[in-house]
Amino acid sequence: MLPDNLREFAVAAAVETFDPAAVTGGKHERGELTLEIASGAIAGVCGFLKRECRFIRLSTVTAVDRYPAEPRFEVVYHLHSIERKERLRLKCRLGGGKPEIESVTSVWRSAGWYEREVFDLFGIAFLNHPDLRRIMMPDDWEGHPLRKDYPVTGQRV
Amino acid sequence: MSESGIPGGIAAIVEGEPSGPRRMVLNMGPQHPSTHGVLRLVLELDGEIIMRCQPELGYLHTGIEKEFEVKNYQQAVTLTDRVDYLAPLSNNLGYCLAVEKLLGLEIPPQAQWMRVMLTELTRLNSHLVWLGTHALDIGAMSVFLYCFREREDILRIFEMFSGQRMMTSYFRIGGLALEPPRGWAQRVKKFLDVFPSRVDEYEDLLTNNRIWIGRTRGIGRISLEDMLDLGVTGPMLRAAGLKIDARKDEPYSSYEKFDFEVPTRTENDVYARYQVRIEEMRQSARIARQAMEGMPEGPWKAADEHVVLPDREKMKTQMEALIYHFKIVTEGFRVPEGEVYQVIESPRGELGFYVVGDGTAKPYRVHMRTPSFGNLQGTSKMVEGGLLADMIAAIGSMDFVLGDTDR
Repeated sequence: MLPDNLREFAVAAAVETFDPAAVTGGKHERGELTLEIASGAIAGVCGFLKRECRFIRLSTVTAVDRYPAEPRFEVVYHLHSIERKERLRLKCRLGGGKPEIESVTSVWRSAGWYEREVFDLFGIAFLNHPDLRRIMMPDDWEGHPLRKDYPVTGQRV
Repeated sequence: MSESGIPGGIAAIVEGEPSGPRRMVLNMGPQHPSTHGVLRLVLELDGEIIMRCQPELGYLHTGIEKEFEVKNYQQAVTLTDRVDYLAPLSNNLGYCLAVEKLLGLEIPPQAQWMRVMLTELTRLNSHLVWLGTHALDIGAMSVFLYCFREREDILRIFEMFSGQRMMTSYFRIGGLALEPPRGWAQRVKKFLDVFPSRVDEYEDLLTNNRIWIGRTRGIGRISLEDMLDLGVTGPMLRAAGLKIDARKDEPYSSYEKFDFEVPTRTENDVYARYQVRIEEMRQSARIARQAMEGMPEGPWKAADEHVVLPDREKMKTQMEALIYHFKIVTEGFRVPEGEVYQVIESPRGELGFYVVGDGTAKPYRVHMRTPSFGNLQGTSKMVEGGLLADMIAAIGSMDFVLGDTDR
């Protein structure tokens, strides 16, 4: 459900019209608009935003680990419209059990490496990603360093 | 005859069936001198032509984003220097602006202008290293020596301000780390007075140089649509005719008060990227001069005793200032819950800091959207189908820093 105070933003209203079930929340803080999207709808919403709202660029994809809270992960997308000089943040919440979400590589190819990084450091799987493998850590590395239950220092025994 | 000098063009060979025995795989890096760091490229060659290029990263991954989570907000400034070590002050600025946005902190004009001046000098520093090493790759040795002569002057200015040549950490949350040193204006003026003539010297060496033109013109083409789709930013886009610059589009730190141009070219090749960066150097010198000449008077740090350390004098005479000093040094300051994404124009392109606060004195999560990481994603598209010998010129024109890529 889109909060009422966000209806004045054209982008938020457009996404809600496109897929009313996709928007699960949102906020406008410090001049930045955030929309929370149901994780199953992310690829569709991103495709719509690029096609109809001219968000030509995907600036970055990252994640936040809210361990031990559930749903544990937030996958965060930053979109950029060059023409309107506008930025938009999308957020999807994923449970900690087997975190997976649809890849947006079919919308922006740049998501390829961004999602690989999230997969590598958080262990979130991106479905239908053409080349999902570690990018920063060695291929045989165990664990995902940016998870909150991964120690900052210490030795593997 | 096509531009690459092969009859019938490259496409005929690339699109045809590979001629079996001629195909070979070449590993470049991670210690190849022309990759400017520890980038590894695996190339599949058919004779001299690159059929496929697969970059491998991570050799310089140091877990800086993880490290942020165990540092105080102020301590973490020092980590940002080490990301893109050729443009430390740009990184300092991006991070400080992001945290200041979370705090809702007002930065006094002098600090803002000083930040503008020093980040523009950083841009010069970074572009000089790029020009020198890029020309060295292509075979023009002397340009390197010329560029490092001016770079030395800039590093001395940084040392004067911060006590450090490279890992400056001079911008802090709330303003500057130290009061600007006595005599800074004369020093900067002396540099800016000669710098434009030095850019002329680089141009004398390269711009009409037949070998330089032969090695760079028509090389490393990649369409604007591909670049936008693959996450490439900065001078690469401007050399393809797109007027995009965060300093103009989303001004920060009072850039809107400065008069400068965003240079663009439309040729979209290595030579155009060279021209764009040369012109950017002139513009940066122009901005730095405006900042130096119009430097506002007043405080150089914000007036928020919860965040900014008190003056030494106050600390010694006022009980309250002493308490704040003690609290900030021992515990750090609390930053409210929330998240911000701050974008600045680093010498390499779009640098974004995504900072998540949870109400404590340490960042809950910091993500850096670094320009080199995005730019490198365009490598394969750019070099595939080109000659192996042109690849060095092509990847040099991207101006990436591996510390910035791997973090």
